[in-house]
Amino acid sequence: MVNRRPRLAPPAAVLIALAVALTSPSPVLAADDGDVATRAGQSAAQNFREALDELPFDLGGFLDIRAGTRITRDHHQLRESLLEARLQLDIEHEFDDGTVLKIRPDFLFDPIPEHRQFDLERGRGWLDLREANVTFLPTEWMDVKVGRQILTWGTGDLVFLNDLFPKDWNAFFIGRDTEYLKAPSDAVKVSLFSDAVNFDVVFSPRMDADRFVDGDRISYWNRMQGRRSGTFVHVERRDRWFSESETAWRFSKNIEGYEVALYGYYGFWKSPEGFNPATGEAVYPRMSAYGGSIRGPVAGGIGNFEMVGYDSRQDRSGRNPFVPNSEMRYLVGYTREVGKDLTMGVQYYLEQMLKYNAYRAARPAGSPKEDPFRHVLTLRLTKLLLNQNLMLSMFAYYSPSDGDAYLRPHVHYKISDAWSAEAGANIFLGTHPATFFSQFQENTNIYAGLRYSF
Amino acid sequence: MRSTLKWFAATTAVAVLAVVLTAPLPAADETVAPAKELTVDEIVRKANIAAYYPGDDGKAQVKMTIYDSAKDKEKGKARTREFIILRKNVTAGGNQFFYVFFSEPPDIRKMVYRVWKHVGDTGDDRWLYLPALDLIKRIAPGDKRTSFVGSHFVYEDVSGRDINEDTHELLEITETQYVLKHTPKKPGDAEFTWYKMWVDRKTFLPVKTEYYNKQGKVYRIIEALEIKTIDDKYPTVMKARVRDLDTGGETINEFVKVKYNAGLKESLFKQERYLRRAPREARKW
Repeated sequence: MVNRRPRLAPPAAVLIALAVALTSPSPVLAADDGDVATRAGQSAAQNFREALDELPFDLGGFLDIRAGTRITRDHHQLRESLLEARLQLDIEHEFDDGTVLKIRPDFLFDPIPEHRQFDLERGRGWLDLREANVTFLPTEWMDVKVGRQILTWGTGDLVFLNDLFPKDWNAFFIGRDTEYLKAPSDAVKVSLFSDAVNFDVVFSPRMDADRFVDGDRISYWNRMQGRRSGTFVHVERRDRWFSESETAWRFSKNIEGYEVALYGYYGFWKSPEGFNPATGEAVYPRMSAYGGSIRGPVAGGIGNFEMVGYDSRQDRSGRNPFVPNSEMRYLVGYTREVGKDLTMGVQYYLEQMLKYNAYRAARPAGSPKEDPFRHVLTLRLTKLLLNQNLMLSMFAYYSPSDGDAYLRPHVHYKISDAWSAEAGANIFLGTHPATFFSQFQENTNIYAGLRYSF
Repeated sequence: MRSTLKWFAATTAVAVLAVVLTAPLPAADETVAPAKELTVDEIVRKANIAAYYPGDDGKAQVKMTIYDSAKDKEKGKARTREFIILRKNVTAGGNQFFYVFFSEPPDIRKMVYRVWKHVGDTGDDRWLYLPALDLIKRIAPGDKRTSFVGSHFVYEDVSGRDINEDTHELLEITETQYVLKHTPKKPGDAEFTWYKMWVDRKTFLPVKTEYYNKQGKVYRIIEALEIKTIDDKYPTVMKARVRDLDTGGETINEFVKVKYNAGLKESLFKQERYLRRAPREARKW
């Protein structure tokens, strides 16, 4: 297989030129010029902020430029894994009755993806609308948030069980800010509060799928072809209003510092893990989930436990090889400070296939056999230095059952209140080409970025 | 009849207690007790209350100016932190709730930091809310001597050091101040060997604190630069400075606005709702 497209030299040059132009007034390059440049830079930033504060609404945001490259050759993808400039605006206005209007668009210049046609739902093209919602407070005990919003719940650290809100795994794997791991939902969230228990329900009238790894910019293991592939995955979208909706709910309560929650979900597998043999397209099979979690102080640190059952409604017997099996998932974690400004978090995560015998019997000959259990351990180390302006961190996933790993080293430095720089890597390791992290091996990349926040 | 009497006695007791508890701190001249009547522990307790527990609750708009080093200070290269901090006392001198809503610098705008402070052995409960991810993070109870948001103040400077962690000595009584020496009961727990504190005899506010290292050298100084009495009742340090003598760095903490007994509800500090959606009290003055 040959390279799909020529390398991206011209846009890269433009981006770098842009980056240099933008950074020149920053204290990075002005450092040696002494006080004058620093003061000028600071007062310019201050004036800009003051001008923003004069607006009749609240406006903030950032400009972010970043680039990354694969460190090994991937014949399915470009050498450049990341090359983008992004302007995020965060606009908020509160009305007298407490109603809050919020709009948070990202304007994006990103020449890498092959599929660039504008798609608001999937955040493709020049605009990724992160949020556009209205929050109102009909009664003392109720909040309602309507519109595009980012939603998160559950106790895992970069491991999600009951949080079935959409994720963007591409963004995560190529080195965008962690914020982009969460994709927006177009939903109504109603929250009811009482001293006894809180209740949240989120209704998405049309499924909000994961922005899954579809071969466009990350190559993956194609189960149907039995090889690694950069071929774009064709998916039967669940985009019928109301008949293909999702509902997620949660009861939660804080008992003396221990956060306890029960969760439910009625919808679909969030990534197209099913396959329609008639059309050859990937599909989102129907799925429901029920689970619970607890988090609180344990032995000088924070402990958490979470579990969930996934009911794969289109294959309850487990005999359909084209639909994922029902599963149980468990997570136990512990975080504590192990030194000055040094925090360590460990998690053990287990996926258990529920109809393993049926799965084994139905498995097409020649397809790789999965284990009934998948074990994953994670480790997070975070160290703050230089008055907490420099952060060194490492997040590692390691699966002893799959024999693969994913490492995320990251360095972040706050140059000033407005400017920050960062660098990191996404390292995929493994022995078998088909396992979850191992399949992304040739996407192993390093990246760096620069951000101006206002 | 008997029950009426009982009721009367109980009411009187409560009333007396209420008067005692709400009585102004000895700010006015005539209320200063003769020094010899106060034990060192009483001075420490009063200083703790004056510094960290004024009113039933409190609200402050805070601006911090941080100079990482002497060189940065010379160049005028400052980092800033701006936030509104809400506080509610569970008991005077005891447990407290804190809620911090950041407005500056821009990379932490709208971030929320919440603390349930527990006096005693159990660590504080701490949460962080990251709005871009809609993520509520639980922060492991940590070393209280680490920096608060990258400033030269440590967590304990902001929420108060548990007075039971030190032994206290009264070194001297000057015309206006008590001079105290505090030594940690567990020497390994803090980066200082001991610290010396000057407490104003009228207001009981600590006006200066010096931290000493193993060599007996001062390496860190906190000073009150401006004190103002709020509501004629609560002497308050409106401006304080902490200096790190080793690096020459310093942080200035200013209360731009401050208000006591703002009627902050407990639910504000307890409900997850207010982590995800900051209440008006925390967002606007």
